[in-house]
Amino acid sequence: MSIRFSFGGDEHIFGEVSEAMSLEAFFTSLSMTNAVRAAGIKGVTEICPANASFQVKFDPDVIKPDDLLKELQGMEVAAAQSDASLKTRIIEIPVFYQDPWTHETLMRFRERHQDPTKTDLEYAAEINGLGTVENFIKAHSSQPWFVSMVGFVAGLPFLYQMVERERQLQVPKYLRPRTDTPKLTVGHGGCFSCIYSVRGAGGYQMFGITPMPIYDPNQQVSYLRDEMCLFRPGDIVKWKPIGRDEYDAAIEAVEQNRFEPVIRPATFSLSEFNKDMAGTNAKLMEALNGR
Amino acid sequence: MAVKVISPGLSTTVQDLGRPGYYHLGIPLSGGMDRFALRVANMLVGNDEGAAVLEAVFMGPELEFTAPAWVAVTGGDLPPKLNGDERAGWEAFPVKAGDRLSFGFLKSGARAYIAISGGIDVPLKLGSRSTYTLGALGGHEGRALKAGDELPVGAGSAGKGSVPAALRRMPGNPAELRMLPGLYWHRITAEAGKRFFADTWKVAPEADRIGYRFRGGTALEFVPREQPFGAGSNPSNIVDACYPYGSIQVPGGTEPIVLHRDAVSGGGYMMLGCVISADMDLIGQLQPHAPARFVEVSMEQALAARHDRQAALQRVRHHLGK
Repeated sequence: MSIRFSFGGDEHIFGEVSEAMSLEAFFTSLSMTNAVRAAGIKGVTEICPANASFQVKFDPDVIKPDDLLKELQGMEVAAAQSDASLKTRIIEIPVFYQDPWTHETLMRFRERHQDPTKTDLEYAAEINGLGTVENFIKAHSSQPWFVSMVGFVAGLPFLYQMVERERQLQVPKYLRPRTDTPKLTVGHGGCFSCIYSVRGAGGYQMFGITPMPIYDPNQQVSYLRDEMCLFRPGDIVKWKPIGRDEYDAAIEAVEQNRFEPVIRPATFSLSEFNKDMAGTNAKLMEALNGR
Repeated sequence: MAVKVISPGLSTTVQDLGRPGYYHLGIPLSGGMDRFALRVANMLVGNDEGAAVLEAVFMGPELEFTAPAWVAVTGGDLPPKLNGDERAGWEAFPVKAGDRLSFGFLKSGARAYIAISGGIDVPLKLGSRSTYTLGALGGHEGRALKAGDELPVGAGSAGKGSVPAALRRMPGNPAELRMLPGLYWHRITAEAGKRFFADTWKVAPEADRIGYRFRGGTALEFVPREQPFGAGSNPSNIVDACYPYGSIQVPGGTEPIVLHRDAVSGGGYMMLGCVISADMDLIGQLQPHAPARFVEVSMEQALAARHDRQAALQRVRHHLGK
């Protein structure tokens, strides 16, 4: 695939690796942004990988837009050929599906939804042909997800499901975005899941909520002292369905700052994954569960 | 030295020139929406141009000083009053301990910048004192000011002078926002592109530090395509991508939104291009219902406009003997 470059005003270059989402496109985007960072180009101020594209912000007083464009174009061949593998982490995220807080919120915004007679989960289960909410939750939480972008708001991860394309869950966004979403809502739009790091507007369907903080501007949470945002592109996530009791216990642990997230080192190779998804995911689960 | 907040205004926040370097984590640039006015306010009170100031939108706060200082108010025409007596904007004036600064009604523009000699001395967060309210980061406790807040102010020097109207920079009527087409511009028809520039838009009530929404123009017509995997079903949807600062997204093809200093850093709506860096200050001075037009420019014109803005700042520095 050849990258489509475009200037975003006089301070940005935007590169679209592919119109469609794929892990191949993600890895090319990540390789490009890694190459830009490694090149240490004077005048580059922000380097942002995204799902299937990336963005570089620059100061045109320091580097001419056309000169930077040429530098980026020169990196394209190497980026496309680079080894799509990562030393990364697998992170377990407890999720209270069908929780009362996202339910209260979705009921307030029913008129902005495709099917006001159903909850977001009921709707998602139906249009994915899964019959019941329980089946949908199982499909959502049984296999790992890949963090293919961080952004929208501070520390929000976009997650791509690590299964064959025909099994990937897809749900449209709300017809009109909500003005409110509870903090730490697990949402889904298009083929991406996300975790809303802060309370605010949102258009993704709401499935549940996690008790686990993923962004802390005060850097008080034990595992967010060094970095206020938990997620990096390339992280792998496994959802762990929990009930009300476990949720309440986790919240208490968070409040007392003794919540210990399960985070384990892992490796990921796109070629191995494409050869054997079930096998790759099983190995990731071993890495997570220490077996 | 400190400043006590007697009343906070509508939404008054601590801002400096911003917090670059963290956009890849979804942490926006933040900083003043009209950084030209912010720089000039600092110049007038003898601060570094990037010192932290207060940004007040539509309605000013009421403040009390605990020690002598110099103050200057720039930006939109929000008339400052010292102990009830009106003072000129874009001009440095001294205050004493116990003096109160309040504001009359906004006459034009949208945002005023209140600089105090020494600068607002809240802690640096990721290299900036700017407030990012959505992320509860920076500024005073990560939020807009409230009555009863007390803000620390650094040690300052003497202020000096005033800046005449000819050296200021404010939007016209209608505001002309120059933009470089690009990003996903190819997704709309040539006819839709022509209308986008021909129409006069109006600032919608949903206009804040995240973005400015415009309405009243013609809905966009998209070039038909089969939506790519992962993008979503609306023709305005794309696979979620980065949103540049200044980018113009058009959800559903109806109402363009220009993202500003507290931008959401990415999402799934196509963008038509970006408002050029030189004109972002002007957006920060638009009130709801203000008419605006988008004007197509080339990269060369965008860079020339950028230099013009820098030259305008240089003229102010020169005028103030800096």
